[in-house]
Amino acid sequence: MSETLAKQLALVIDLNVCVGCHACVTSCKQWNTSGAAGPLADENAYDANPTGTFFNRVQTYEADTFPNTQTIHFPKSCLHCEDPPCVPVCPTGASYKRKADGIVLVDYDKCIGCKYCSWACPYGARELDEERQVMTKCTLCVDRIYDELLPPQDRKPACVMACPTGARLFGDVKDPDSEVSVAIRERGGYSLMPEWGTRPANQYLPRKITPAFGDST
Amino acid sequence: MNPAWSVIVFTTVAGAAQGLIVTLAVAVLLGLPLSAGFVDGALICALMLLLAGLGSSFLHLGRPLRAWRSVAMWRTSWLSREVIVLPAFIAVVAMWWLSPHLGLRLATPWLPLTAIALAVLLWYCTAMIYACIRFIQEWAHALTVINYTLIGLASGLLLATTLAAVSNQSPLARLLVPWAFVLTLLAWTSRTIALRRNARLKPKSTLQSAIGVRAPRLTQKSMGMSAGSFNTREFFHGASAAAVRHVRLALHALCFAVPAALLLIMLLGAPLYLLPLATLAQAVGLLAERWLFFAQANHPQNLYYQTVS
Repeated sequence: MSETLAKQLALVIDLNVCVGCHACVTSCKQWNTSGAAGPLADENAYDANPTGTFFNRVQTYEADTFPNTQTIHFPKSCLHCEDPPCVPVCPTGASYKRKADGIVLVDYDKCIGCKYCSWACPYGARELDEERQVMTKCTLCVDRIYDELLPPQDRKPACVMACPTGARLFGDVKDPDSEVSVAIRERGGYSLMPEWGTRPANQYLPRKITPAFGDST
Repeated sequence: MNPAWSVIVFTTVAGAAQGLIVTLAVAVLLGLPLSAGFVDGALICALMLLLAGLGSSFLHLGRPLRAWRSVAMWRTSWLSREVIVLPAFIAVVAMWWLSPHLGLRLATPWLPLTAIALAVLLWYCTAMIYACIRFIQEWAHALTVINYTLIGLASGLLLATTLAAVSNQSPLARLLVPWAFVLTLLAWTSRTIALRRNARLKPKSTLQSAIGVRAPRLTQKSMGMSAGSFNTREFFHGASAAAVRHVRLALHALCFAVPAALLLIMLLGAPLYLLPLATLAQAVGLLAERWLFFAQANHPQNLYYQTVS
């Protein structure tokens, strides 16, 4: 099952610098609703209970107790697992992991909207589009990163381009010299819910606690 | 999880039809005296239940017209395997029902034997759809397979007994009552063991492992949206703890206790007209049982969706 690919594109998210501005959320929505993955439904957009399809969310957590309380802004999208549990359960083969670069994708023309893949993802990374009734998820902007009409420096996922603090790194985690591999190696990159053996490709960089000025410890 | 009525109806109705067919097949194989009219009626009943279940399963799909595609991934997906076995089972039951009408004398042991094999395979496939998801700890256990099989068998056996009684096959019904009683008790026992196991489960995932922060105190301040999403609709049942308790009570009482008690007093000589009552009670109880099966499944993704803001 767990086939190791030569190339695995992924995001590395630096929790030290994410300020929770949601620019990655809106840029993701804008790019993907207009591109190959879209349109992404918005229901009751101007009503009391707006809801819609998003590939990326920024959540906020609070850790520890006063006076050591920390606010953690936590972006969450598909982790493009190296052993994705959502792929083998798909009855139609609409859910698949690309051998060329490890991106986990949904073929919207084959998806029957049974939602089984979303049950089989422990991270809640997949959302059923309520209008199209097919499963959707982060594509790592597959329709951007290989687009030769874009200048090379723009061939990155929309969320990475939008992040004002550089909290999102993008690259091949199988290339030991890539920016993401170096960051994971040197700054203690970690996986979410390692207990399930999904081997997420996306990693997070842990926060470094900076002592207050004048604090000797 | 948020229980889907389409799946609840499909799994309970198809499960009972499978149990009915297994009962009928075993009766044929044992050479019990079955009237042709009773066999015909029971097969029609099973077929109608199976077709109703199949129809209900389509309601679960966002794109039902593409359902044919779901046979493709039988090598890896239990759902795909179920999609193959279900029509095969329906075809065998239909063949069984049709053969006397077409004047065919199909070799007796093979049709019932194939029907039994496919019924058991279908229970296995259906249950494995849930049991194979390793991080839904309530489901990822052999008890899921055992319960789907035993509850299907018990409900099908009770249905067969009731059908025998209402079609004036009292001797056959009297013969089946003790077996229906035993199967109901067996299913009740194994379902109770599963409920106890679920109550004791310690979730492997915590908020700490979900976001990878080891702080002893960690709370969510915002899930990142104000009015819900697929993640909040699909994975939370939204029922109060009291409502869940009532469903559990309905499960024990209607699915098992009432039918078992009625079967027991019929075993001691009470009239068989209590059988439809037992079947009716169990039909409602089965819905409660399956609703709770889904509602109790605690998906780890829920850790990420605890606080709106």
